[in-house]
Amino acid sequence: MIKRALKTWLLWELVLGLALTGRYLFQKKITVEYPEEKTPLSPRFRGLHALRRYESGEERCIACKLCEVVCPAAAILIESAEREDGSRRTTRYDIDFSKCIYCGFCQEACPVDAIVETQEFEYATETRAGLYYNKEMLLAVGDRNEKHIAANLAADARYS
Amino acid sequence: MIDWGMAAQAGIWALEILAIAVPVALSVAYITYFERRVIGWVQVRKGCNRVGWAGLLQPLADGLKLVLKETIIPKTANKYLFIAAPIMSLMPALMAFAVVPFGQTTLFGLWDVMHVMSMSNLNVGLLYIMAISSLSIYGVLMAGWASNSKYPFMGAMRATCQMISYEISMGFGLVTVMMLAGSLNLTDIVQAQAGGLFHWYMFPLFPMLIVYFISGCAETARTPFDLVETEELVSGYYTEYSGMWFATFSLAEYAAMILISLMTSILFLGGWYAPIPFLDFIPGTVWLLGKTALLIFVFIWFRATFPRYRYDQMMRLGWKVFLPWTLAWIAVVGIFIYTPGLDSIINFWMPWR
Repeated sequence: MIKRALKTWLLWELVLGLALTGRYLFQKKITVEYPEEKTPLSPRFRGLHALRRYESGEERCIACKLCEVVCPAAAILIESAEREDGSRRTTRYDIDFSKCIYCGFCQEACPVDAIVETQEFEYATETRAGLYYNKEMLLAVGDRNEKHIAANLAADARYS
Repeated sequence: MIDWGMAAQAGIWALEILAIAVPVALSVAYITYFERRVIGWVQVRKGCNRVGWAGLLQPLADGLKLVLKETIIPKTANKYLFIAAPIMSLMPALMAFAVVPFGQTTLFGLWDVMHVMSMSNLNVGLLYIMAISSLSIYGVLMAGWASNSKYPFMGAMRATCQMISYEISMGFGLVTVMMLAGSLNLTDIVQAQAGGLFHWYMFPLFPMLIVYFISGCAETARTPFDLVETEELVSGYYTEYSGMWFATFSLAEYAAMILISLMTSILFLGGWYAPIPFLDFIPGTVWLLGKTALLIFVFIWFRATFPRYRYDQMMRLGWKVFLPWTLAWIAVVGIFIYTPGLDSIINFWMPWR
């Protein structure tokens, strides 16, 4: 009883609280100053999509349209035709990133690892049209990220 | 016929007013910066460090933004009172600085006698401060009433209630200071504390220091007593204010915070005297402002630490805890002063007796 009264009147709990925040005042700060510093990304990070090529330069996509079917947001639009050498290829492969929900199902569905999601995430634009990527743009994303994509797929391979 | 003597005096007064009002306004700006940084550090963040070196231009950017923002006056508001309210709350906050002594100086030996650095060395300085700082309630009430909106009105009611309740315990806390110092003149009160750390009133009046400072938090409506501007009331009495008029309210709030810190240093922490007389070669103003800065840091520290009081808890603390404590301490000090034998102890803090 007396101990409790003493604690109350000496504002003991308040002093403890102040001591706690006082300690935190001098702790190392965890702020990441974003444009200069970035947090590490997981190999499974789901960012901007890319279409990949084989080392020969031949595009991987065989226009099976599994990704288009599985896409829950109906963000993918594919048209295909037969090429001169008789192989089936896409003539059109568009992704509307204003629809895409970045679920990664297209990547899961793809039998040839053609459509993948990269770790690129700074592609904001000022127009909706800027978020509509066609086949050339997706291939370009793949070309400039191929090293990272391969490394990330290799890092993740043992879990899948 | 122009009376040049009067004109010169008026010019000197104007300069004195500027010499106090401008630093107060500037320090308000930088206290907001300091507050954001300190609260950030306590929350293991870095705080604002983008605008200028270490974010030091942030207050200027904020001020510019507030000036450029549109002033919205609600259609059903009482226009004149609505605009008068922020001025009414800023004016007393600045007026109170008129009697605050910022130190004693001979201006590096230029004068033979020590001059007190205050605009007016008022004999009833303490009463003046009490009276003027109570006036800021009218600004709050006017803001709540003139907004013609329910949340500002409720916020204003709470703020008024809170300020009036804590005014009383603050006043009684100051009575003990008057009893020890034997004067209402702030300069005399500081001079009664001369002679080192143990002569400061924080020792005989320690509970009063705590009561005064916590009441000060309540008086300026800062955490943990910021229930007048809680989220449940949107933001209390200045919900309807925007732009520059809003800034005027926060200017008044921070100026009041500086005033409370200054008064606490003057009344309890020995004013411009160094803790050890040996250190008196450092100008007294530096000591006074240093103590004030420390107390402002404590204000911010409180804000970073304590959750908000509920309304009934706040009223309970004011009326059932602080008021009895201050009254009891007045009795204790009185008994010490008038009991033969005990008065030799208290005389240590009453050099004028």
